[in-house]
Amino acid sequence: MCLAIPGKIIKIDDKDDSATVDYGDGTKRMINISLVDVKIGDYVLVHAGFAIEKLDEVEAQKTLDLFREMLSDLEGK
Amino acid sequence: MFSLNDNKLAHEIVSNIKKKKINLKFMHVCGTHQDTLVKHGLDFFLKDCGIEIGQGPGCPVCVTTPKEIEEMIFLAKNGKIVTTFGDMIRVPGEKKSLQNLKTEGYDIRTVYGIEDAVLIAKNNPDKEIVFMAVGFETTAPTTASAILKNPPENFSILCCHRTIPFALKTIIDMGELKIDGLIEPGHVSTIIGIEPYEFISREYNIPQVIAGFEPIDILMGVWMLIIQIEQNSPFVQNEYSRAVKREGNIKAQKVMNKVFEVCDVKWRGFPIIPKSGLVLKNDFDQYDSRKKFEDDIIDLQNYKFKEPKGCRCGELLRGLISPRECPLFGVKCFPDNPIGPCMVSIEGSCNIEFKYLKNK
Ligand code: SF4
Repeated sequence: MCLAIPGKIIKIDDKDDSATVDYGDGTKRMINISLVDVKIGDYVLVHAGFAIEKLDEVEAQKTLDLFREMLSDLEGK
Repeated sequence: MFSLNDNKLAHEIVSNIKKKKINLKFMHVCGTHQDTLVKHGLDFFLKDCGIEIGQGPGCPVCVTTPKEIEEMIFLAKNGKIVTTFGDMIRVPGEKKSLQNLKTEGYDIRTVYGIEDAVLIAKNNPDKEIVFMAVGFETTAPTTASAILKNPPENFSILCCHRTIPFALKTIIDMGELKIDGLIEPGHVSTIIGIEPYEFISREYNIPQVIAGFEPIDILMGVWMLIIQIEQNSPFVQNEYSRAVKREGNIKAQKVMNKVFEVCDVKWRGFPIIPKSGLVLKNDFDQYDSRKKFEDDIIDLQNYKFKEPKGCRCGELLRGLISPRECPLFGVKCFPDNPIGPCMVSIEGSCNIEFKYLKNK
């Protein structure tokens, strides 16, 4: 139930806090964005019809870099 | 989309863990973590490396109590339209599930989220609509946001929201099992951030990692816990930084704080856990099904509920056993004929274990 799916905001309707997300697999859905500050093009995590947080592409890349770095340190030892 | 797939890296992590020759027991509290662990056979690989990871009480549907299910059953029998998430409907109550009631003709409806339930209320102005609000901190802000939008008068919620940090404290205090490290739930953490877990590392010297849901996130989480243990410097480390900010989602926290206050609540398999539940603040009494329909459910208040006979969900939720240790698993208890909630919910460890049985 805490499952949350990433989607990309493709349209925002400010007056009732709703937006359309594209899940990248051909499905699009209206969601509620009252819990986040987002703009078109942002990626969000969607849970129970609400965007619960924005996803950070830069952080995603940093995490991977960090993993690789930690492991190469290890191999260097 | 934002997936961290890297098989080579995953194998490297596993082989490095193996070299450590350790024997550790970790706990996570999230059905989605369990799904990743079992689906990809990580539970098996890690066991081989000396690491056991148990699920604990990380399934909101599973920790919902028989009393709460019975409250919904009573409300349905009293003519309300009862709405909740799909899994919840199939959890057996003391005699029946909401699903059984539905086949008897009572109006029970599955919804994807609270907004669908509000819509049902708008479309049925002459009926009372009750939404069973289940879920951890991930879901509670969605309930709060809907309540702040002034839903119609014929709408109310049976609040069953629970919160994670003090449940973890209770598990540790109960002292039934050794926990060398905790993998914290990524999506609960998107809302609450890092701080609410910090007392656990400080007071109990237990390392914690907030992890995402790809196999590599979990492996990395395990690796981070091992390093923390080696360095004897327990803290809350954030592996899932692409979705979790240190402070969490402040907007969602504010919405929650406007609507809810903290309460003590019983979890299935546990005694009452202090400060681990949410109730609507008095300002929102009109949306509180327990107050609005007090007379309908009064008989349940002092009733002693029994767990399903032979079901070991309580021990599972406390991390003491794994699904296959229950004698009923796959013998009398199956996903389409579940005895306990852990076999019903897609986040329950029995359901997950059964689903991927053929992978093993
Ligand atoms: S297998 Fe069924 S009866 Fe056994 S603990 Fe799991 S849900 Fe309960």
